[in-house]
Amino acid sequence: MESKISIQNLNLSIGKNQILKNINLDIPENQVTIILGPSGCGKTTLLKCLNRLIDLEENVTITGSIFLDDEDILHTKSDLPGIRKKMGLLSQRPYPLPMNIYDNIAYGLRINGIHNKQIIRESVEHNLKQVNLWDEVQHRLKEPASRLSIGQQQRLCLARGLAVKPEIILADEPTSALDPLSSTAIEKKFVELKEEYTLVMVTHILRQARRIADYVVFMYLGEIVEHGTADEFFNHPKQEKTKAYLQGIFN
Amino acid sequence: MQISIAVIVLVLSLIVFSIFYRGLPSLTWEMISQTPKGGYYFGKEGGVLNAIIGSLYLAFGATILALVMGLPVAMLMNIHLRKFKKLVNGVRFLLDLLWGVPSIVYGAFGFSVMIFFGMKTSLLAGIITVSLFILPIMIRAIDEVVKNVPVGLLEASMSLGSNKSQTAFMVYVRQCSSAIVTAIMISFGRAIGDAASVLFTTGYTDSIPTSVMQPSATLPLSIFFQLSSPIQEVQNRAYASAAILTIIILIISVLSRIISNKYNKNKIS
Ligand SMILES: Nc1ncnc2c1ncn2[C@@H]1O[C@H](COP(=O)(O)OP(=O)(O)OP(=O)(O)O)[C@@H](O)[C@H]1O
Ligand SMILES: [Mg+2]
Repeated sequence: MESKISIQNLNLSIGKNQILKNINLDIPENQVTIILGPSGCGKTTLLKCLNRLIDLEENVTITGSIFLDDEDILHTKSDLPGIRKKMGLLSQRPYPLPMNIYDNIAYGLRINGIHNKQIIRESVEHNLKQVNLWDEVQHRLKEPASRLSIGQQQRLCLARGLAVKPEIILADEPTSALDPLSSTAIEKKFVELKEEYTLVMVTHILRQARRIADYVVFMYLGEIVEHGTADEFFNHPKQEKTKAYLQGIFN
Repeated sequence: MQISIAVIVLVLSLIVFSIFYRGLPSLTWEMISQTPKGGYYFGKEGGVLNAIIGSLYLAFGATILALVMGLPVAMLMNIHLRKFKKLVNGVRFLLDLLWGVPSIVYGAFGFSVMIFFGMKTSLLAGIITVSLFILPIMIRAIDEVVKNVPVGLLEASMSLGSNKSQTAFMVYVRQCSSAIVTAIMISFGRAIGDAASVLFTTGYTDSIPTSVMQPSATLPLSIFFQLSSPIQEVQNRAYASAAILTIIILIISVLSRIISNKYNKNKIS
C-alpha cells in the first residue's frame, strides 16, 4: 500500500490552545480514508493543514511536516495555489462560485491559464457527467449556480474541483447538508473516484464510514487514537475509546 | 417605527416638492442646453449647461478614481489582511473618522496642496479632492459587505488554486457586485452634490471645460451663486438647477438599481 500523504509529528496550536497533538499518519494512495471523531476533535483543522487553508487563520503555530509524494508541503512558502490545486475540497455545505453553472467549472481552468473555449467546453461537459449532473443541467448552463438544489450544488462543487485535475480530494462532511439520495450519489462517486484519486473524508456517520472506507482514522481531542484498514478498525478495534465510539457512546 | 418612516417620507417629499415647485417653471430647455450668456446672472438668457457638464465630469471622474483606489483597499482589508484583524479594525475606525470630516476640510486640504505645487483651480484638482472626500465612503460601503462574505467561499476559491487577488477580483467582486454598485451610487451622489470641496479646487467658469486643467462650474456652486442673487428670476433658476441635480441623482439611482439587479442574480446566499 503506497502512501500518498505522510503526516509527521504534526502539532498545531491556535493561540494558547493546542488543537492537534503529535499527529503521525500515512494516507494511502487511491483509497478512501475516513476520518472519524467527535465534534471539536480537530478533523476540519487537520484537513485544512493538508491544503494549507489553515494559513488563512489567525494566531496559528504549526510544527512537523506533511509530505505530499516527496515534497514537504507544510513549510514551503512558494506556490500555495499549486499545492491547493492538487487537493480538491468539498466542504460541509456547498459554496458554488457566484457565477453561472458553466463558469463555475470554467473558473478553475481559466485561473490556471486555460482559455481555449473548446477545451473548456469539453471539460465542463466531462466533469458534469462525472458527477451525474450533466443531464440535469445541460440546458441551463448559463443559469446562476445558486439556483440549483443543495444536492446539485454539492455535485457541481465536486465537478468544479475535478476540473482542475487534483490528485487528492478532501471532503469535510460532504453529505451532511444533503438528502439521502444525493448523499448516496456522492458516496458512490467517491468509491468510483478512488481509481484515479486519493480521497480523504471526514464524517460523523458511522454507517457511511462502514460503507465506503478503505482506511479509517479515529481522532479524539486532537490526537489520533487509532488508525487502520476498515476491516481492522471496525471488526477488531484495539483501543477502548474506539470501541466505545463504535458502540455510539460518544454520540 | 411607522411614525419615523412617515416623518422621513414627509420631509423628503417637502424638500422635493419645494425644489420642483419653485424650480420647474424656470426649468426650460434653454436652462439645460445653454451656457450662461452675458446677462444671465441678471435674469437674462442662457442656462447652466456649464455646471451640468462640469458636475458630471467631476462626479464621474472622482467616483471612478475613488473606485479604482477603494475597491482594492476593501478587498485587501478582508482577504489579504484577513489575519491582521486588529490592524484592519484600526483602518476601519480611521476611515469612519475620515467619513465624518466635513468636505470643506478636504477642500481646504486640496487647496493648500495646490498652492504648494503652484496649481490653479482645475477640474483635475477638483476630481482628486472630491475623490479623497468620497474614498472613505466608497471603501467602507464595500467593506461592510465584503466582510460578511462567507469564509467558505474564500476557501472554495482558494482550494481551486486561485491566489488572493484572483479571489478578490473574480469571486468577491461578483458576490458583492450589488453592494459595489450601491457604494458607487452613494459616492457619486456625495460627489455631485458637494459644494464645499469644489469651491477652492475646481473654481467656477461660464464655459464648458475642454481639458482637465481648466476650471469648471459645478451645479452646487451654481445653485449657491444664483441663490445669493437678489433677483427673483435668478433665484428661481437656482431651484431649477437644484431640480436638475435631483433628477441626475434620481437617474443614477434607478440605473444602478437596474444594473445591480442584473448582476445580483449570481450571488450565493
Ligand atoms: N479559528 C479558530 N480559532 C480558535 N479555535 C479554533 C479555530 N478553529 C478551530 N478551533 C478549535 O479547534 C478545535 C477543533 O476544531 P475543528 O473544527 O477542527 O473540529 P472538528 O473535529 O472538525 O469538529 P466538527 O466535527 O464539529 O466539525 C475546536 O476545539 C475548535 O474550537
Ligand atoms: Mg469540522
